[in-house]
Amino acid sequence: MKLRIKFSKQGNVKFVGHLDVMRYFQKAIRRANLPVRYSEGFSPHMVMSFASPLGVGLLSNGEYVDIELTEPSKLSSDELCACLNAAMAQGFEVKSVRELPDTAKNAMSIVAAADYKVWFREGYEPCWETFCEEFQTFCNRPAILITKATKRNKIELDIRPLIYAMHLNKEEHSVFMQLSSGSADNLKPELVLGAFYKEKGEELSPLALIVEREEVYGFTDKEKTQFAALESFGRVFPGVAKENAVQENTAQESIAKREAEA
Amino acid sequence: MKKLALNDEILLSIQQPARYIGGEVNECIKDPEGKLRFAFCFPDVYEIGMSHLGIQILYDMLNQKDDVYCERVYSPWTDLDAIMREKQIPLFTLETQSPVKDFDFLGITIQYEMCYTNILQVLDLSQIPLHACDRTDEHPIVIGGGPCAYNPEPLADFFDLFYMGEGETVYFDLLDAYKKNKANGGSRYAFLEMAAEIPGIYVPSFYDVRYKEDGTILSFTPNNPHAKEKIVKQVVMDMSHTYYPDKPLVPFIKVTQDRVVLEIQRGCIRGCRFCQAGMVYRPVRERSVEFLKKQAKKMLESTGQEEISLSSLSSSDYTKLPELVNFLLEECKAKKVNISLPSLRIDAFSLDVMNKIQDIRKSSLTFAPEAGSQRLRDVINKGLTEEEILSGAAEAFRGGWNKVKLYFMLGLPTETVEDMEGIAELSNKIAAVYYDEVPKEKRNGRCLITASSSFFVPKPFTPFQWAKQCTKEEFLERAYIVKNKVIHMLNHKSLKYNWHEADVTVLEGVLARGDRRVGAVIEAAYRNGALYDSWSDSFHNEYWMDAFESCGVDIGFYTTRERSLDEIFPWDFIDIGVSKEFLKREWKHAIEGTVTPNCRERCSGCGAMTFGGGVCFEAKN
Repeated sequence: MKLRIKFSKQGNVKFVGHLDVMRYFQKAIRRANLPVRYSEGFSPHMVMSFASPLGVGLLSNGEYVDIELTEPSKLSSDELCACLNAAMAQGFEVKSVRELPDTAKNAMSIVAAADYKVWFREGYEPCWETFCEEFQTFCNRPAILITKATKRNKIELDIRPLIYAMHLNKEEHSVFMQLSSGSADNLKPELVLGAFYKEKGEELSPLALIVEREEVYGFTDKEKTQFAALESFGRVFPGVAKENAVQENTAQESIAKREAEA
Repeated sequence: MKKLALNDEILLSIQQPARYIGGEVNECIKDPEGKLRFAFCFPDVYEIGMSHLGIQILYDMLNQKDDVYCERVYSPWTDLDAIMREKQIPLFTLETQSPVKDFDFLGITIQYEMCYTNILQVLDLSQIPLHACDRTDEHPIVIGGGPCAYNPEPLADFFDLFYMGEGETVYFDLLDAYKKNKANGGSRYAFLEMAAEIPGIYVPSFYDVRYKEDGTILSFTPNNPHAKEKIVKQVVMDMSHTYYPDKPLVPFIKVTQDRVVLEIQRGCIRGCRFCQAGMVYRPVRERSVEFLKKQAKKMLESTGQEEISLSSLSSSDYTKLPELVNFLLEECKAKKVNISLPSLRIDAFSLDVMNKIQDIRKSSLTFAPEAGSQRLRDVINKGLTEEEILSGAAEAFRGGWNKVKLYFMLGLPTETVEDMEGIAELSNKIAAVYYDEVPKEKRNGRCLITASSSFFVPKPFTPFQWAKQCTKEEFLERAYIVKNKVIHMLNHKSLKYNWHEADVTVLEGVLARGDRRVGAVIEAAYRNGALYDSWSDSFHNEYWMDAFESCGVDIGFYTTRERSLDEIFPWDFIDIGVSKEFLKREWKHAIEGTVTPNCRERCSGCGAMTFGGGVCFEAKN
């Protein structure tokens, strides 16, 4: 049984790097005592796949890890969620546990986009009114060119097509961005704001921003034109004991429907 | 969410910020208000300190008391060290992130000599005066313990108290005395006098040392009526009804010992004459197999660790080892937990077990013959014969292993060129066994025999405490003799030889058998910039050499000097149970090359029977 776990990473554990988060989850899952699947061979490893590494210092409300159970879960989605949360350290919280179809691709291979909320660290805040005004103009640009250093030379690159959405939240003093993500075109929010400051002839301090990832999306079709939140690829499950429980309408079903139509 | 002592700017600019945030699984969280606050320090980087079992045991023990809150502190790495000095940030504990200087106690475990400058770093960054005599009622009581406390004298100036022996016994008596004194409005001095009366507690400032003209000790006498003549080491006698954590801490970052540690026994029956642990942890005391099974299960469940390791000085001597190992094999197979069994003698049983728990293509076998010839192995009382090594290796090679590691020491008392060359010859013989035993078609390539030698440092409370240590030049000369011999061996292509740093060994020698006059050198070296001396990248011998020179302290006095049998040693005031008479006898046997049987074969009357338990009374139960 394939499971997709969505979790948040808040507060001091933002200083725990990606590899350590992986080790942390292996131990947490063992503490939760789930019948989790291991790889074959002499030194078996837990079958586990994270959607997208999160850099040190970043917060998140939308991290994903896929695991597999060796048997159908006796616990429901909610019960599994509570069970995992009992094994968490402060700062990590499991938001949901969903069942993936057996044929589902792992999260990492389908990552398409991610939502970010970005705000300024104390002591680095610009004048908010001026910032809003200038940033609004920046948002409306048809093209945003950055120079990217390759091994041999520098190339110009338009990142505008990789920005799917970008707007200000004036009350919160934050910026929302939906950016292309994954192995092909991975755009980081600090790069976008860096480009904004560069145009103004200023340098963005690497410490100026607080970045929070809000959601990660995966492609729902082979052509990679549509995407949906990774959570919606799985379904809420009742646990083997509760056959008659209500099932949620999930993105998984809509994918199946679309495939049937095609 | 607790507020961290360091801000984001700092934490995002240093290596491994997770070293400094605390919040790990199984961390003890309490409201510090109104509690006796104890900061427990391992004076090395987090990854090393978190791997130490002793702190985990005492952390758990102290926190079982409602009115005590024990927190952890480690040495900041050099990057953060510089920032904290520049910005005057006081060193803080991980749990509540509060300044160590506000605590009632700072306990420092002293595990190896080369961490002494890190102890000064911890005091300095905590903004606690380095010298105990400069501290006031406002400062924490600084207490040291651990194996190096068996010669506390080089550190005497920097500590208010030392705890001799195992922490499970009198800590609560000490803390009760502290609370009582505080309630009475007593001074720091009054508390030290109370502490001095508790068994095992040593208050260095309550003793005067006088020296002879030749620099050796004339007298060591108490200057305070509360101070004891002799400090008797503390030992836990019932190892199955004592403190042991059910829920050890689980670090976020990968630490050196990233596993559950099961201490199966304390002490060693073997009596190797170079080994301090083998003497100071006498008598051997086993934990019951029921206790260990229960503890293993609890700790694996509460941590989710994927590996469990047995810990002891010589696991093969644990009487119920097969029962324990079979239980673990069963338990761990189901839970997909790896087992690690260090310090096992190579025999049919251990090879069978290792075959089950590790991939033999990747793993290597380890032997510690310590000396290259049978003669010298008899001198050091290492009861491992060439025949045992060769037959163990043969069995292992037949079982599919092809890598062997060998550990030796160079510079042992009475060592000759033949003994040194014996290292190469023994390695060569082991390689020959491989080519004899394993037919060509079954070989997994060439075998690889890696011989490593460290340089011998005579330690207090061993029969070799009278021995002279080699100079740096003598050490290196000996290593070159071995290296040259290895090249001329028939199987030299299958042999690899490496040796340790000699500079560090010389310093270890000074610190191990040093007296109070060495304290000034440690301080001067620290002021020169010495820090993390156990890390080869950050070790700078010149800081130390300058310090010896500026303090006018002669290295040779502590290392290469021949000591007479009636010399008063700086550590003689400590009573470890094992008598000086026994050590003298053993020193004599060593020179004669006479072997002493192990504790289970025959009691040699070392004196540890005085503790009334353990292996000394096994046959009588």
